[in-house]
Amino acid sequence: MTALTSAPTDAARDDILRIEHVTKRFGGLVAVDDVSFDVKRGEVFALIGPNGAGKTTLFNSITGIFPPSEGRVVFEGRDIAGAKPHQAAALGIARTFQNIRLFEYMSALDNVRVGQHCRTNSKLWDSLFKTPHERKEEHAISDRARELLQFVGIEKRAEEYARNLAYGQQRRLEIARALATRPHLLLLDEPAAGFTPQEKVELMRLVDKILAEGITVFLIEHDMKVVMGISRKIAVLDHGELIALGPPETIRKDQRVIEAYLGKSA
Amino acid sequence: MRVLRRLWETDPRRDPNPLVYTLLAIVAIAYPIWAQASTGGQGDFLISFLADGGVYVLLAIGLNVVVGFAGLLDLGYAAFFAIGAYTYAFLASEHLVVTPLHEAVHLPFWIVLLIGMFVAAAFGIVLGAPTLRLRGDYLAIVTLGFGEIVPRVFRNLSTWTSGVNGISALDKPVLPLWLQGPWSGDPFELVQNFKIIQPLGFYVIMVILVGICVVLVNNLRTSRIGRAWMAVREDEVAAAAMGVNTVRIKLLAFAIGAAFSGFAGAFYGAKLSLVSPENFGFSVSITILVMIVLGGMGNIPGVIAGAMLIYVVIFGLLGALPPLAEEWATSLGLGSLVATNGEWPGIAQEVQRLRFLIFGLILVMTMLLRPQGLIPSRVRQQELKKGVHEDQTIEDVNAETST
Repeated sequence: MTALTSAPTDAARDDILRIEHVTKRFGGLVAVDDVSFDVKRGEVFALIGPNGAGKTTLFNSITGIFPPSEGRVVFEGRDIAGAKPHQAAALGIARTFQNIRLFEYMSALDNVRVGQHCRTNSKLWDSLFKTPHERKEEHAISDRARELLQFVGIEKRAEEYARNLAYGQQRRLEIARALATRPHLLLLDEPAAGFTPQEKVELMRLVDKILAEGITVFLIEHDMKVVMGISRKIAVLDHGELIALGPPETIRKDQRVIEAYLGKSA
Repeated sequence: MRVLRRLWETDPRRDPNPLVYTLLAIVAIAYPIWAQASTGGQGDFLISFLADGGVYVLLAIGLNVVVGFAGLLDLGYAAFFAIGAYTYAFLASEHLVVTPLHEAVHLPFWIVLLIGMFVAAAFGIVLGAPTLRLRGDYLAIVTLGFGEIVPRVFRNLSTWTSGVNGISALDKPVLPLWLQGPWSGDPFELVQNFKIIQPLGFYVIMVILVGICVVLVNNLRTSRIGRAWMAVREDEVAAAAMGVNTVRIKLLAFAIGAAFSGFAGAFYGAKLSLVSPENFGFSVSITILVMIVLGGMGNIPGVIAGAMLIYVVIFGLLGALPPLAEEWATSLGLGSLVATNGEWPGIAQEVQRLRFLIFGLILVMTMLLRPQGLIPSRVRQQELKKGVHEDQTIEDVNAETST
């Protein structure tokens, strides 16, 4: 199912997301400063940088939580800068949060069910009177929610409150919930934060599985093993500026990147 | 004792609701029989009393949608109640003759019930549209203001509303067709346009209305919309990122809550046959809020139980206390307390003065003994057990993602 109303242009078919001169200011603070790059469809793109570099702010600009002050965010050929978060979700951009933001007092299953909100259309009338359409849709929602929990490997905890899941399971649940919106582009904000080496390997496997579903993955990550291991292309932010862009091999050797991470004296 | 305890301390895993619904249904059916039997057929006032209580049950169910499901604190809920009641007063009485309209409107009760519902819902949208951008406390203040404004408008718009005198002699509900029989002391007969005057009639209508509302709200709770409300309550940013149009879904909660209130208001007007601005003050809004908090916010059977309990305490127990106190004083050999004596106004008068202190004490005691409410939802139970799994969750709020 696609929410697109206009057919993507040829260029857009290649670039799922184009960040064009995006700037985000909070009062006098420039959190993101004239950043431009493209994310190709079907690849894993990573955004790295020291703490406070503006990575999450850029994510928030893409998903409409804080619209950019300047510049364009072109998703599948259309400028979505200034779109509301729920509109971005409907267009096919899903995300997870750096500090897990689950619906804590809802079951894991219900969390994933909410994710399907923008792909279902039961109206107030249907809900009030449980019309056949609503029953059918609810059935499909539950089936898909269970499938997704299985996909991320936490189907055994389906009925638990989200807050009662273990930390790693919560991160997986967030991914399942994001996948429930049927995204074309999945933004993962530090998905491996706090993970054990074993969990990191499992996460990388999960990302591969998501790619195999035809979903482009755009992630923020600090763990270099994860980043270098799965991403095709890496963008590096420092103090809101894009200081490097390229495949992992070049980024690894880039002098400015090394300085940004280790300080100039290193 | 252990069995009782287990009924009381409901296990969060087990859904206590079917049991509670059955109990409530049995009570609803048995109550009028008991009322008539225990008073030797003179129980009309008891039935009427509980039919009025049903209005509060409807109000509590409606406010629960706004506060319990969607997490929006509404302190001016009585305003929509007033709007529903006045809608009934305008559309089903002679009153409009004395207004600049000079023409009375007499629409049937059932139609006005629906009109009152839609008018209140419309006002809910009018109030909600500009204010639902506000969060938490700010929204509460705005709704508080609205709750103060509406009764004042009804009081001061006296050319239309007769001001403080209110509007009286409202039409009674009429059933198009009714089978009379021995139960009302009449021979079997089909009557057309049967006027409902007896309290039992109101009571039956009330029970049916509450039943319908419970079913509808339960349907909503387990639907796509109900889940979206809870998602907004839990985390608005995450809900929006998952594709929930938060402004629209909050507006819907507000409108539906208001619709219930308007519905209850129209019934209230018909039952009492009188509306006056004094009946819709801030204390009504707070009373309804207390009902849902004490009953178990978010859980419908809990809310019903809370509404009944508070209603009986405020309108039954507190009123009956002064004579009771006199009786006790006499039987305990403290008869001297009954009479007025200098500064002492007599025990009945004293208790009368202190009755809201007693009400407050009852509230404080209940919340201390059962902070999660009488019949809580699983959510509230878990919230109050916080700490059990605290080590596994991250409470850190990122300055970048929170607004």
